[in-house]
Amino acid sequence: MVFRFLQKIGMVLMLAAWSFAAHAEYAWNFPKPVTPMAADTLHVHNKFMIIIMVIFVVVLGIMIYSIYKHRKSKGHQPASFTGPSTKAQVFWTLVPFAILLYIDFILMGIPAYHSVLLMQDTKNDAEMVIKVTGSQWRWQYEYMDGEAKGIKFVSNLTTPQEQIENAADKGEHYLLEVDNPLVLPTDKKVRILLTANDVIHTWWVPAFGSARDAIPGFLRETWVKIEEPGTYRGQCKELCGKGHGFMPVVVEAKPEAEYNAWVAEQHAKMSAASADAGKEWTKEELMTQGEAVYKANCAVCHQADGKGLPPTFPPLADSKIVNSPNFDAEGKLMTDSHVDRVFNGKNMMPAWKGTLSDSDIAAVVTYERNAFGNHMDDLVQPSQIKALR
Amino acid sequence: MSTATATHHQDDHHAEHPTGIMRWLTTTNHKDIGTMYLTFSLIMFLLGGLLILAVRAELFQPGMQVMQPEFFNQLIGVHALIMIFAALMPAATGFANWMLPLQLGAPDMALPRLNNWGFWLLPPAAILLLAPFVLALLGIGDGAVATGWTFYAPLSVQGGIGTDFAIFSVHLLGISSVMGSINVLVTIFNMRAPGMTLMKMPIFAWGWMITAFLLIATIPVLAGGVTMLLTDRHFGTHFFDAAGGGDPILFQHLFWFFGHPEVYIVLLPVWGLIPHILTTFSRKPTYGYKAQVYSFWAIGILSVVVWAHHFFTVGLPTPALLYFMYSTMSISLPLAVLFFCWIATMWRGSMTFETPMLFTVGWIILFGIGGLTGLVLADVAADAQYHHSYFVVAHFHYTLFAGGIMGIMAGVYYWLPKMTGHMYNEKLGKLHFWLTTIAFNVTFIPQFFLGLAGMPRRIPDYALQFSEFNMISTVGAFVLGLSQLIFVYNVIRTVRGGEKATDKVWESSVGLEWTLPSPPPYHSFSEQPVIK
Repeated sequence: MVFRFLQKIGMVLMLAAWSFAAHAEYAWNFPKPVTPMAADTLHVHNKFMIIIMVIFVVVLGIMIYSIYKHRKSKGHQPASFTGPSTKAQVFWTLVPFAILLYIDFILMGIPAYHSVLLMQDTKNDAEMVIKVTGSQWRWQYEYMDGEAKGIKFVSNLTTPQEQIENAADKGEHYLLEVDNPLVLPTDKKVRILLTANDVIHTWWVPAFGSARDAIPGFLRETWVKIEEPGTYRGQCKELCGKGHGFMPVVVEAKPEAEYNAWVAEQHAKMSAASADAGKEWTKEELMTQGEAVYKANCAVCHQADGKGLPPTFPPLADSKIVNSPNFDAEGKLMTDSHVDRVFNGKNMMPAWKGTLSDSDIAAVVTYERNAFGNHMDDLVQPSQIKALR
Repeated sequence: MSTATATHHQDDHHAEHPTGIMRWLTTTNHKDIGTMYLTFSLIMFLLGGLLILAVRAELFQPGMQVMQPEFFNQLIGVHALIMIFAALMPAATGFANWMLPLQLGAPDMALPRLNNWGFWLLPPAAILLLAPFVLALLGIGDGAVATGWTFYAPLSVQGGIGTDFAIFSVHLLGISSVMGSINVLVTIFNMRAPGMTLMKMPIFAWGWMITAFLLIATIPVLAGGVTMLLTDRHFGTHFFDAAGGGDPILFQHLFWFFGHPEVYIVLLPVWGLIPHILTTFSRKPTYGYKAQVYSFWAIGILSVVVWAHHFFTVGLPTPALLYFMYSTMSISLPLAVLFFCWIATMWRGSMTFETPMLFTVGWIILFGIGGLTGLVLADVAADAQYHHSYFVVAHFHYTLFAGGIMGIMAGVYYWLPKMTGHMYNEKLGKLHFWLTTIAFNVTFIPQFFLGLAGMPRRIPDYALQFSEFNMISTVGAFVLGLSQLIFVYNVIRTVRGGEKATDKVWESSVGLEWTLPSPPPYHSFSEQPVIK
């Protein structure tokens, strides 16, 4: 009873803190939950916080009482007991531990048990599957089934370098903004499969209450069921190298109709892109698109000026790989050529064939061969990349 | 050794020792070695603090101001390695060296030469850890280890030479710890004064005994893990690489099989030391000596079976999650026994609040916050939110700074008069306590809220909603760092002179160490004391 009462008081306090937070832009607790898992986590968290605060206050109270009363300056004479001596004392000594047992395994243990089952239930009633791939330092999303099957894209940080270097005013969503957010329908249980290309990353959106590691070579899973449309922002939370602080997760949750329209639009774009891949591109077209692709995907390691960050990230300017031919006399792709490296990757260089379109790869290779002081003057056409698939 | 015939001739011979640098290089005297451990610990504590102040300066405002992200990653990992391996653990070993022979009535540690070697491995280890910073300035390599102190593969497989340096450094530190532990165990089991049974032993010796067992059990696992990492990096093995049939998560299991007991390795010597201070300043015998000893054992054993709660988010199977959750929660029971005994020792005593007691009371409160937030972290589902957020950063600083460093400081104020023969300056001690406690909370309370609001740890730059709390935290950190200079000044002043301390030092101190003069002679007990 007492506990229920305290819990209510705690809830009121939390709500008060919340409304304060909304005004003052301070946050004293988890963000407002928008999935069943986040709601459950917040509930359990609030309950546990109240429990530990009560323990803290009670124990501290006893100690402070003792500090106040049993001091030499008040003339208190020391007792000499070293443990409970009578049966009644033994009983009262054991009471706090009985209470703690009850708190650990009943009061906290039972709700925690149900939360674990809820969190682990990724498969039952899942209506769609998304694959999330972490790589240094961006997220890739792929829709695995249903209407959206086949849609895949890379999600890069869009905060300009000038803002990070304090040369420009920081925007509202500083470091939490991307070019292509993951778009999900509301009120549908989405099973999320996670993996990584290079090192371990953690996909985390606080408002969803689900964080799960993306581990290279393995699949892990979690789930979300977003109950309110909106844009939700989070970050990678496993240290993954120098760009760890710069790979946000942005999810746009749309009602079903809007989501379906978005899916249709993506499919239209994809077929336009594949039509584009068939045509002959001019150098200007390739260079313009190539520069954009380079800035979004390559500059984080190889740098905007193509000088790289040796020894980890080699320069592209004057690079041997960039400044040698791609195809042999018979038109076959040569091993360790520029296109081979971008398409198939090697060591730390990711394979881009899975994430970039034919025209993107053709454009970015063409761009790199004709920028940063490189003058190869050859064009790589999307059709040549398409032929490699 | 056990004969009570006082061999005066030999004693005189031993009391002669080289002077100057050779005294310290060749010494096998437990007090000299203890002093070196404590001095080393203090220097590394200041250095580790400097590293993190640079980090806090970067985090003062959003945006990158003072360093590049690569350097930031190096600072956070090296800060943790230094604070844990080069500040906290050597401080505890320093106390063991100084006080165990005095408390047990032994003439010295059991293995004096091993003792010397154990210490002199530390400076090379620290140099190995820090050398990559200097090498990078000279254009060699890309700086120190940048993986955080946990070395998670495959990020650590990818890293530069700093990782190799850190691996060898950890090997040396590990060897040193194991040697120190063997020495402690041999001393405790063989060199207690006649009549001092294990259950009559000072509780500090009990804390250290469990620590030594834990070190010997877990350091080899860490050493094995980082060696596998080394072979993955350079010799073509694939322990942690899925493409070769390995598993990155294997590294986390190996690391935390060491890493969780490590928390108790750092804390148990402090839990051993706190009852001595409480009983001295409460003027009342220790409450529940046996219960505390059994709790040490319980925590020691539990600590090696709960490791996976450090990585709940990697996707463990449900039964494993439930097991690690409940086993972690059960640690709260023996820990509650300890809290109960500490408060019961104070209860109906006749307390005074000199600096050691102030630090102890502050320690109980702040370590209590660390313990209680740890209980909440055991909840798997909520841990998905807490994990690797600033909530966890705040939590483990409540356990390791408040629970570890502040406990060590209580010990320094408590035993320094015995070691030096001089009283420290009480006013400065109290000022140090209040500044430390207040600044510590100003630094870390905001970090709980940062974590709840969704700020991940180990990021060099952050979104705008985290600005105010980070600013407060940085201000707190600088005050915290600067107030340690008062401590350094007070310690140096006490070593050099000051009011003479009596043999007993404190009004109601109990134990063999207080029967010796302050400072104790170079060789402590020329006649073995007998405990009745």
